[in-house]
Amino acid sequence: MIIDSIKNGIVIDHIRAGRSMELYNLLHLDRLKCSVAIIKNAPSEKMGRKDIIKIDEELSVDLDMLGYIDPGATVNIIRDGVLVEKRHLELPEQVENVIFCKNPRCIVTAEREIPHIFRLANREQGIYRCIYCDTEGKRNEEE
Amino acid sequence: MRSLIDILDLSKDEIASLIRTADDIIQNPEKYAEKCHGKKLATLFFEPSTRTRLSFEAAMYELGGHVIGFSEAASSSASKGESIADTVRVVSCYADIIAMRHPKEGAPLVASMKSGVPVINAGDGGHNHPTQTLADLLTIHREKGRFSDLTVGLCGDLKFGRTVHSLISALSRYENVRFVLISPEELVLPDYIKEDVLQRGGFSFYETEDLEEVMPELDILYMTRVQRERFFNEADYIRLKDSYILTPEKLLTAKQDLAILHPLPRVGEIAGSVDDDPRACYFKQALYGKYMRMALILMLLEVS
Ligand SMILES: [Zn+2]
Repeated sequence: MIIDSIKNGIVIDHIRAGRSMELYNLLHLDRLKCSVAIIKNAPSEKMGRKDIIKIDEELSVDLDMLGYIDPGATVNIIRDGVLVEKRHLELPEQVENVIFCKNPRCIVTAEREIPHIFRLANREQGIYRCIYCDTEGKRNEEE
Repeated sequence: MRSLIDILDLSKDEIASLIRTADDIIQNPEKYAEKCHGKKLATLFFEPSTRTRLSFEAAMYELGGHVIGFSEAASSSASKGESIADTVRVVSCYADIIAMRHPKEGAPLVASMKSGVPVINAGDGGHNHPTQTLADLLTIHREKGRFSDLTVGLCGDLKFGRTVHSLISALSRYENVRFVLISPEELVLPDYIKEDVLQRGGFSFYETEDLEEVMPELDILYMTRVQRERFFNEADYIRLKDSYILTPEKLLTAKQDLAILHPLPRVGEIAGSVDDDPRACYFKQALYGKYMRMALILMLLEVS
């Protein structure tokens, strides 16, 4: 795989520096057969430093998940070496089994089969709340 | 098919319509005596709450319907480890509507996602209790004839008091409602309600520890229980508890048309000597709760 020229595939750009491995895991990119390149700490005019993930295959990425983890990222879709689509992300209205409710009084902690669903309660501040108990979900910031 | 899990599941128009129905039931109870003939309400009470269960059951009987169910988890299949989803799927086969009380927050929401019939949240832990809020709203409406242009005092445990949180959410959809939040420092209204509901909605609110200071301004006084176990130490509890007990003396400066509400049961926070005051509305409020549950059952069963 030549890093700079993908023929058909996806480039996730403008990832906040240091978060690419987290995205790699959450998007299950380890399960892909094609080549995946992770570029860390690339210089960026806007961001200073950024991460980039290049995937040598056009696949459908969970944009909600991506938007939740890093709403500043952009997704570029490349066909025949040409950029055909650029998608900007935003925080999704709802995420399932991405944030986990830790409220011991919540039904999801009592019954294992219920999916943990969080809904966006405040877009400006990026606050998510558990749909069952309204507990605020902690977005996992950089450790 | 509709369920009622959170008071905000109902639009303002729907609340107005429920109030009109409840008013009409109070006026013409005979008109409603057979409305739910042949229908069954299942009361699934995974924790006991005799008062709420009796209110639902009385509501269904007064509509001419029947009631089945259980009143504590020990007598249900939950004690054998059955999931909420399975329980409601089975109960949906027998009943036309379900009222569920559960100690876990969100259990009625899970039920409503799996049920084939409407689910009414009859209280989920310390989280929501929308039919209590409906009772509160009907009481306010019958006493004041409006929800706008009111100064509403909320007194006692504003931190853990779910009825207070729901009532604030419900009233925050009307014009010119001023909230007066009266509580000890330990039990103030949580920040997220202040920020998400009051400040965002542009509502004016005033926080104080002193009930007597604000008494003359209030149109509504909503009392709640201040529980001993909420305090870090006994000394604080003893120091503070008397400040939040309503007595005839504290009412001397109150408006003549003040309406005093309490979700009940009370444990001493309103002196018995207040009960004969015409401004005491808390027993009427319990009665109104039954009428609002009747109106709600009619709405969810789409009985006209
Ligand atoms: Zn939860």
